[in-house]
Amino acid sequence: MMSETTMDSTTELLEPLPAADARTGSRAATEQGGLRARPEPRVVRRTQIPDSSGIEDAPRRTLRGVRVEDVFYVLGSLAAAMATATLLFGWIAPLTGVAGWFVVTFLFFIGIYVYLMRLSAGGQEVRDKLATLLMVSAGLILVFALIFVVVYTLGRGAEALPHLNFFTQTMEFAGPLDPLTEGGILHAIVGTLIQIGIALAITIPLGIVTALFLNEVGGKFARFVRTIADAMTALPSIVAGLFVYSAVILLITGQRSGFAAALAITVMMLPIVIRTADVVLRLVAGNLREAAYALGATRWRTVWHVVLPTARSGLVTAIILGTARGIGETSPVLLTSGITAVANFNPFDGPMISLPLQVFDFVRSPEPTMVARGFGTAAVLLLLVLLLFVIARVIGGQGAGVLTARQQRAAVERSKRDVIRMSPRGPVRGGQRWASRGKTTDPTSSQRSS
Amino acid sequence: MGTPEQSQLDLLLAELDEDIRVRHAEAQDLDAGDADDVAARTLKPRPSVSDIVFRSTAFVAGIITVTIMLAVGLFLSLRAGDAIGAVGFSFLTEQQWSPETQKFGIAAVLFGTITIAVIAMAVSFPLAFGTSLLISEITRGKVQRWLITLVDLMAAVPSVVFGLWGVFFLQANVIPIAQWISTYFGWIPVFAVTGDNGEVLTEASAFTSSAFIAGIVVGLMVVPTQTSVMREAFSQAPPGEREAAFALGSTRWVMIKNVVLPFGRGGMIGGAMLSLGRALGETIAVYMIISPIFVINWQVLKTGSNSVSALIALRYGEASELGLSALMAAGLVLFLITLIINFTASSIVARSRSGAESEA
Repeated sequence: MMSETTMDSTTELLEPLPAADARTGSRAATEQGGLRARPEPRVVRRTQIPDSSGIEDAPRRTLRGVRVEDVFYVLGSLAAAMATATLLFGWIAPLTGVAGWFVVTFLFFIGIYVYLMRLSAGGQEVRDKLATLLMVSAGLILVFALIFVVVYTLGRGAEALPHLNFFTQTMEFAGPLDPLTEGGILHAIVGTLIQIGIALAITIPLGIVTALFLNEVGGKFARFVRTIADAMTALPSIVAGLFVYSAVILLITGQRSGFAAALAITVMMLPIVIRTADVVLRLVAGNLREAAYALGATRWRTVWHVVLPTARSGLVTAIILGTARGIGETSPVLLTSGITAVANFNPFDGPMISLPLQVFDFVRSPEPTMVARGFGTAAVLLLLVLLLFVIARVIGGQGAGVLTARQQRAAVERSKRDVIRMSPRGPVRGGQRWASRGKTTDPTSSQRSS
Repeated sequence: MGTPEQSQLDLLLAELDEDIRVRHAEAQDLDAGDADDVAARTLKPRPSVSDIVFRSTAFVAGIITVTIMLAVGLFLSLRAGDAIGAVGFSFLTEQQWSPETQKFGIAAVLFGTITIAVIAMAVSFPLAFGTSLLISEITRGKVQRWLITLVDLMAAVPSVVFGLWGVFFLQANVIPIAQWISTYFGWIPVFAVTGDNGEVLTEASAFTSSAFIAGIVVGLMVVPTQTSVMREAFSQAPPGEREAAFALGSTRWVMIKNVVLPFGRGGMIGGAMLSLGRALGETIAVYMIISPIFVINWQVLKTGSNSVSALIALRYGEASELGLSALMAAGLVLFLITLIINFTASSIVARSRSGAESEA
């Protein structure tokens, strides 16, 4: 068997074969041949593991464990703080409000915890525990605030969301006093989709090509562009809206329209997309580019076949996160799109409302049904943003150039096809060779017999 | 065993050797022959057509981007010029806003903007500081990734949603706290809530729609930006110094105080300033919460405040030619402030990044 393999490899080497084949074949041949040509006696040294029988292991200590008393201190002081705060709020002091109760509980909790710790631990340890406690509570406050904002909006929106007409009707024939079974936000959904669509149609090509300009072309002007783009990220969104309002609406079109709103969103989104895409492109490893140049690729081919595919997931993430920001922006739209209750499919003519502006418009009314509609709209907007965010996370989970298992298989398939395509024997016979190799049959038996 | 194959291989290698020798010799001949009559070629890259197209497209995109952005800046400054020319320096000192009578200035709105931003920073800085240390120093693995995701998600929540939450939930719950603060700390002028004649107000209606409430909401909105900049700065503290601190027997907090914070100081300041820039420019949440007034109000807990962006949102529709120009001027001032803050912040972050290397 051994000699047969060697035989095969040598035969392969003798004939002009596809590059990959020849390389592996020849290496195998020289290794095996070399071994047999110089049969030096090899001394095998193994790692010696001392005999451990008879030695008993002590139980492994946990270095970072949590002591039972730590848990008791936290729980105990929390209970004490809650009880004290309740007592204060209920009987002793004239205090009201849930938020106040939380603040008082928190302060008591810190105080009681520190006191308990002082009983058993030294100053350094108490300070360390206190700092940890404060950090954890900052994180918890933030996470709870976020969850609370989301849940509160969804909860108040739940009143309007179950009605199907909320998604299929407009507010054209529904007044503020009508029940929730009348009217809906179809016009706002349509408006948001059209406006963000136009904004993306401008932002994606312009933003990414500009980012390519900054990274792949470079030069003095590129540095200038980068400075300007950085400066524009500081532009308050309301000022972007004011610019479009006075430069486009007052001077040119004379009316508010979806297109003007899309322009305002573009002015706001463009610097964000340029900046994030710039960062993503900078993460593409320089040696990939150099490899492409060394193979004689032109700059454009390098960009198209190396830089952009490597940075793809990051670029998509940048665009999606930019979209999420753009969809949620209210202030530039407030000045430019106009408020309407009718579905308007033409972005160039007449006012076209979008979801955030619709929220703003609904909650200005004192009617409870309108406020409920406002929360329903906000919930739809929030869910849309969450969806975009999840998509961005799923796509952009990896760094630049890191492939998932499926992408890796696809890349292997592609390079196999490339080998076949480039093989001097032509694609057909090469294909057969690859196919037969895949089935682990002897690849060269047919050649030898012929 | 193995001799036939071996000889075959030797034969092959010899053949290859010969081949290489021959080619080498040929190449040398060629070189020698050319050297006499051909001068050294000048190596000048000739870009292919696709490259020329690519470069010019990219260049044009750069030009378009710069044009759009310069257009915004130039247009704002040109249009703002009219208003500033009309009232001159009093634009910065006048509190009223009535362009119809040629009496307008941004003193009150700018003061309100800064008040809200300062309160927002007071709320967001401790939260962001604690959370970023929690993420970078305490949590590991899955919890750490989840926290990072949640903070990023918070940055994506639309400002109008925060505004809704502020108006419909937070306001009612914060008023008792505001009342309590003004009752017990009213001797500090900022926390006092007094009526026109100096009498102390205690009823809840005096505390609604204040800069305090707007500041809390804006503060929550800017926490994510701040947290992510700080977290990045903290995680760049060198592991060698961290371990050295632990090896010397310090607790985690002592290590953080003596290693992480000095290394991350630039990121901390930069992150705080970046989010300050965002807090100054925030519109819709502020607009929904405050009740606009045009006098300087030192009492942050008392009803009524204003901000430049809320002013623009409030007055753009009814504005005359001069009124619009005045709004432009206000917007321009706001833009200049955020611009200066942003550039200072990013240069601080960049400098701290380059200085954060260590030999360990």
